[in-house]
Amino acid sequence: MIADRPPETAGERVAVTPAAADLIRRLRERHGPLMFHQSGGCCDGSSPMCFPAGEFRTGDSDVLLGDLAIDELPETVPVWMSASQFQLWRHTHLTIDVVPGRGAGFSLEAPEGVRFLIRSRLL
Amino acid sequence: MTKYAAPGENGSPATYRTRYDHYIGGEYSPPAKGQYFENPTPVTGQAFTEIARGTAEDVERALDAAHGAAPSWGRTSPADRANILNRIADRMEANLEALAVAESWENGKPVRETLAADIPLAIDHFRYFAGALRAQEGGISQLDEDTVAYHFHEPLGVVAQIIPWNFPILMATWKLAPALAAGNAVVLKPAEQTPASIHVWMDLIGDLLPPGVVNIVNGFGVEAGKPLASSPRVAKVAFTGETTTGRLIMQYASENIIPVTLELGGKSPNVFFSDVAAANDDFYDKALEGFAMFALNQGEVCTCPSRALVQSGIYDQFMGDAVKRVEAIVQGHPLDTDTMIGAQASNDQLEKILSYLDIGKAEGAKVLVGGERNDLGGELSGGYYVQPTIFEGDNKMRVFQEEIFGPVVSVARFDDFDDAIKIANDTLYGLGAGVWSRDANTAYRAGRAIQAGRVWTNCYHQYPAHAAFGGYKQSGIGRENHRMMLDHYQQTKNLLVSYSQSKLGFF
Repeated sequence: MIADRPPETAGERVAVTPAAADLIRRLRERHGPLMFHQSGGCCDGSSPMCFPAGEFRTGDSDVLLGDLAIDELPETVPVWMSASQFQLWRHTHLTIDVVPGRGAGFSLEAPEGVRFLIRSRLL
Repeated sequence: MTKYAAPGENGSPATYRTRYDHYIGGEYSPPAKGQYFENPTPVTGQAFTEIARGTAEDVERALDAAHGAAPSWGRTSPADRANILNRIADRMEANLEALAVAESWENGKPVRETLAADIPLAIDHFRYFAGALRAQEGGISQLDEDTVAYHFHEPLGVVAQIIPWNFPILMATWKLAPALAAGNAVVLKPAEQTPASIHVWMDLIGDLLPPGVVNIVNGFGVEAGKPLASSPRVAKVAFTGETTTGRLIMQYASENIIPVTLELGGKSPNVFFSDVAAANDDFYDKALEGFAMFALNQGEVCTCPSRALVQSGIYDQFMGDAVKRVEAIVQGHPLDTDTMIGAQASNDQLEKILSYLDIGKAEGAKVLVGGERNDLGGELSGGYYVQPTIFEGDNKMRVFQEEIFGPVVSVARFDDFDDAIKIANDTLYGLGAGVWSRDANTAYRAGRAIQAGRVWTNCYHQYPAHAAFGGYKQSGIGRENHRMMLDHYQQTKNLLVSYSQSKLGFF
């Protein structure tokens, strides 16, 4: 999938914490292959939204940040962001974490009483 | 000062039931799968009621009820519908304190805001759309002497509304009032973070509406929101939230070829030109309050003035005064009428804000005040409190570009008018903006040049009905809070009528 990324994103841009990886494994069992799309804007904006793979249709207006390789999963989990938002986030590395909470939006983890959360550091 | 007793305590004006089911067809009925989830108050972090965990089966039942009610509701006279909206407003007004305390307990916002803003605005909103409906005219176009086009407004039918958690009752009202005025039946899903206060409202007004006209299905987005938003049985979806879910809702809507209205947030600039500090008078005092407005509702407002742009010539003086103003903000128990800033609405929201405080500091933004979580001690230790925070930095930093949805403002300086507009428009969003100047020409030109749907000019955070509210750019589609939202809930029926006795002559 590297070829789909803009050249400057060849280095790692996105990772997961062990707790988030555990949750992803559980969601994979229930919902099948998964994807993330990083949100922006109001309310639960800035949250990484987790969907069944293909549920959210990405297009030319999106950038693939990376494919998460999660232990025990047969496939990687792609992480997307809109290209316009990527222009503003490109100098930061993102780590998907999970915290107790109850996010709105259609992200798969909300009924579990937890919420995926982005932690950022400078690249 | 007054401190209201919490719902459930002796003397509280507000009462919550221990459990809320779905409100479908004018009565409460349990979820098909029998599951419930706990609803905590952000004030203490403790659960105070449990809420039905809705699924597609519940959504279908609600849609059945709505479709059953929609035809006759759509045929009621505008006068009858307007009267019902006015009665809803009267009932709310008579119970203002109860609704205000319930809303504060649900959301964590200070009760002085719900008493003075959320609930009075919601009351006025129902009255506004009652009046707007009565005053709405169709159209007649005379095409020639014998041919006339009549334009009638007709309801869409059954509409879906997904409500955010920052103003649970007011945002529901922004969507319900125009939809009901226009003659639609509604299936509404409250946010899972704040699912309860709308039921306090429904307990108050439910008898005023025919069964099935408003149905409330609670639950999580993926389990209840998605089947509602993607249903081929709804004629329109209205959503307030963030961009990814907004896009997803548009994708579902594209499958059904139905319209959407979306309000997806912003990163609103609040621009202070030098002349605001020309005198140390009431206007300067008002401008400083305008700066501090980022803390209103704990910053959980789509139009939070979360980027302050201050002209270089007054920067040091203005920011010195602004920091003092922000330091004077009283954070405390939301049910205390002296409290100016309460709790963030949920734990995940708190965690998100803290993550932004981290990245802001890492990017080199300077903390002028605040910058940490606030532990208020006692029972409030479990609540979700953040200190009002001012960052000083550069517009390219992420804290300048993303809606933190917390009491956090990022400040940058600008040199001249063009510089101000360039920075103000350097954002993906265009929902709100503020312009402060004593010079009418400067204020006017700035207001026109900023790409945002609402530019508060020498004021901020006012939300009167009759002033259109909605976004440019990625902030969404549609204009709420105004008669034009009636159009978003109506079809146009054109009767093209010939009164001529003569054939066209083609055949």
